[in-house]
Amino acid sequence: MDAALFLAALTLSLSTIAWGGEPAQRNVILSTTTSTQDTGLLDILVPLFEKQTGYSVKTVSVGTGQALALAAKGDADVALVHAPSLEKEYVAYGKLLNRRLVMYNDFVIVGPKEDPARVKSTSKTIDALKLIEKANARFVSRGDNSGTHILEKTLWKQAGIEPKGVWYIESGQGMGATLGIANERNAYALADRATYLAFSKRLALAVLLEGDKPLLNIYSVMEVNPTNGPRINAAGGKAFADFMVAPATQAVIKTFGLEKYGRSLFVPVAGMKEEELGE
Amino acid sequence: MAEALLSLSDIVVRHGDSTVLHLSRLEIRRGDILALIGPNGAGKSTLLRVMGLLQQPTEGKVFFQDEEASRENALRMRRRMASVFQEPLLLNASVYENAALGLKLRGFNRAEIRRRITPWLERLSIAHLSTRRVRTLSGGELQRTSLARALALDPDLLLLDEPFSALDPTTRESLLGDLQDILKQTGVTTVFVTHDRHEAFMLGSRVGVMREGKLLQVGPGLEVFTRPADESVAEIVGADTRIPAVTEISNDGVTKFRFDGGVAEATGAFPSGARVILCIRPEEIILSPPRDRERPNHFAAKVLKVIPSTLHYRLTLQCGGSRLSALVTRSSFMDLGIKEGDELTASFEAAAVHVIGKE
Amino acid sequence: MALIWDGIVTAFSLVFGGNAEVWSITWLSLKVSGLATMISLVVGIPLGILLAMTRFPGRPFAVALVNTGMGLPPVVVGLFVSIFLWRSGPLGFLDLIYTQSAIVIAQVVIAFPIVAGLTLTSFQTLNPNLGLQLLGIGASKPQLLWLLCKEARLPLLAAVMAGFGGVISEVGASMMVGGNIRGQTRVLTTATVLEAGKGNFDIAIALGLILLALSFAVNFLLTHIQQREQIRWPKPS
Repeated sequence: MDAALFLAALTLSLSTIAWGGEPAQRNVILSTTTSTQDTGLLDILVPLFEKQTGYSVKTVSVGTGQALALAAKGDADVALVHAPSLEKEYVAYGKLLNRRLVMYNDFVIVGPKEDPARVKSTSKTIDALKLIEKANARFVSRGDNSGTHILEKTLWKQAGIEPKGVWYIESGQGMGATLGIANERNAYALADRATYLAFSKRLALAVLLEGDKPLLNIYSVMEVNPTNGPRINAAGGKAFADFMVAPATQAVIKTFGLEKYGRSLFVPVAGMKEEELGE
Repeated sequence: MAEALLSLSDIVVRHGDSTVLHLSRLEIRRGDILALIGPNGAGKSTLLRVMGLLQQPTEGKVFFQDEEASRENALRMRRRMASVFQEPLLLNASVYENAALGLKLRGFNRAEIRRRITPWLERLSIAHLSTRRVRTLSGGELQRTSLARALALDPDLLLLDEPFSALDPTTRESLLGDLQDILKQTGVTTVFVTHDRHEAFMLGSRVGVMREGKLLQVGPGLEVFTRPADESVAEIVGADTRIPAVTEISNDGVTKFRFDGGVAEATGAFPSGARVILCIRPEEIILSPPRDRERPNHFAAKVLKVIPSTLHYRLTLQCGGSRLSALVTRSSFMDLGIKEGDELTASFEAAAVHVIGKE
Repeated sequence: MALIWDGIVTAFSLVFGGNAEVWSITWLSLKVSGLATMISLVVGIPLGILLAMTRFPGRPFAVALVNTGMGLPPVVVGLFVSIFLWRSGPLGFLDLIYTQSAIVIAQVVIAFPIVAGLTLTSFQTLNPNLGLQLLGIGASKPQLLWLLCKEARLPLLAAVMAGFGGVISEVGASMMVGGNIRGQTRVLTTATVLEAGKGNFDIAIALGLILLALSFAVNFLLTHIQQREQIRWPKPS
């Protein structure tokens, strides 16, 4: 009796598991970053794409490094990330093709309202960082080689500072968690606006510096080179990339976040050149 | 005419580098009750497992009902046998379910099982425990269940490995009595292992003596016990007085032997000058007050050690340079007022002396 | 503390309010881990019995392997299974990466050593002569195994519970081989990490509580079966 029940249950569950046997060319693997996923934009765009084209998208959100590495190995069909310097390297090596700008959001420097390092006194990011270091004010970094972290490192380098010491905290985690730590420690941090807005209710941190050109977080979509590995869905990847820069999609991007946060999270920039961005 | 139910030929069982069992030939006839005795490590249990087709010998063949046992027919043959071990080894279930297990494994239906089991439960006095879970039973009741399980199978061969060793004496006696009756009534061919030689003598029609993997002697109980084939067997069967001697003269069916303590007489003819061992069972040595030393087979003996037991006393006596082992009843002991250090007369019949040629 | 209360309230509203996504995530977790556990039983129990009842050269090594396998970190398993299942890997042609089957495969790797190891010890609690005695009253090999499993059912059921517990609660392997894809491979554990990472702590706690409740329900059922046959210890008089 028990044996019969057991077998029945086994058969039932076997029949409901979605086996990987769907026609592979219907699947498009999109590699992107956790921060992109966390903004919630893809939750709107991906179903839209699937409805329009009939493809089934598998969105793999990992760290920037892993996202690009997966694409380079051919374990993704299209990549959507926001680390221009790294992206350019991959394009130069021929691993990723047809890099096209999609949108940008911006980073902000946030910190305690009291602003002990007097970041508010400047509108230049590099100067703000110098002030923070001089004041030995606590600063929480992503420390995880994500797009945000790479940008942060570039800025420190431009400021001529090698951030080291008790005041410099490397969280090794995502943006949300990093902001949480900054909140607890009354520290400064570099955050993308979208994540800051999403968490702002829980944080006692305020935006102390924004709008400076180096703080632009530029998202690009790239297609994976079909020679990177076997079974790459080049057609699907291209379809998604085309979708991201299509006017209709760009319109959706433009208004995303308006309702929830009172302002859009992204600025759609398909077709523009990098040098043109920012004021 | 009883034919061989089971026969073993050139059996060798090796365990790593050591030979655990080496047996050239053994036959079990229908209706036989063979008791195997011997010290620990003698290979008795191994032999029983080989007979029961529970262990494959390293070399050799087993024939059951004239058919050679092989991998293909082993299960079928095993199902004509039943084994009972020292521990009851029952499953966590009721007495009835355990007793019925063997029949259930062979595919009998519930009605048929009930028909076969019930008389055995009654026969072994456990019918009133039928629905009790075995965890709540005493050792004796557990072993009765194990026996019922085996007997209900109506086996051609019943194999028992020290079935009563782990029980207290009263229970053991009770079960022994029941088993004796059952074996007599059913006539089932039985081989059983025991380290109690009295049990062996009582139950077995034949007794086999084993030591270090070899079967030293097998035959009717009385023969093995009173006429052990060699010193090892003598020790195992309890012929405790073993005296080295030299044959002197043989005359008229009686031979004189010189030992360190005097001259003993035994029946039989033996070549003079031969070195022998004289074996006498302790029950055969008679003790009497210190006189009458001149008669044949009467010797001066000094009591060295007294070991009391329930109904008798075991005495070790010094006779010249030799040791005698005697068993006296409590009443004799009291009558003679024996104490350690006493000088007595020890005597025995010539016919009670068994002569073993010394190797 | 208010956070936990928020979480409890959210949990109730999600579950009983019939939130479709939460229900489908829960059902997916149950399906995937349930199937993985069952496969692990089919593979692990015979392996455990084999190790318990036979002697062969290299057995100590095999037992040590199984015991090591019991403590495998799920994320490491996930990483290694990914390497095999990625398109760039040797089994890439199966197109299993980022599917439910991939999670099942990884969870089987996690659970079957647990089941095998605990089956091994559960059989070692049996009297070593029991097998011989059962053969001695005419059991065939299959009958013998069945009877021994029944005799050892208490610790065996514990093995089942341990196997299930190990996989329903893991996140590392599910994340790596499943990709936490909404509607496809998002299970309770990966969804919890996602929501916590987004800062939606109330939903994260809710999902965590649902997971705990699910785990408890399954274990309650199995424990009930296991303890049904237990002896009632007599009250001291």
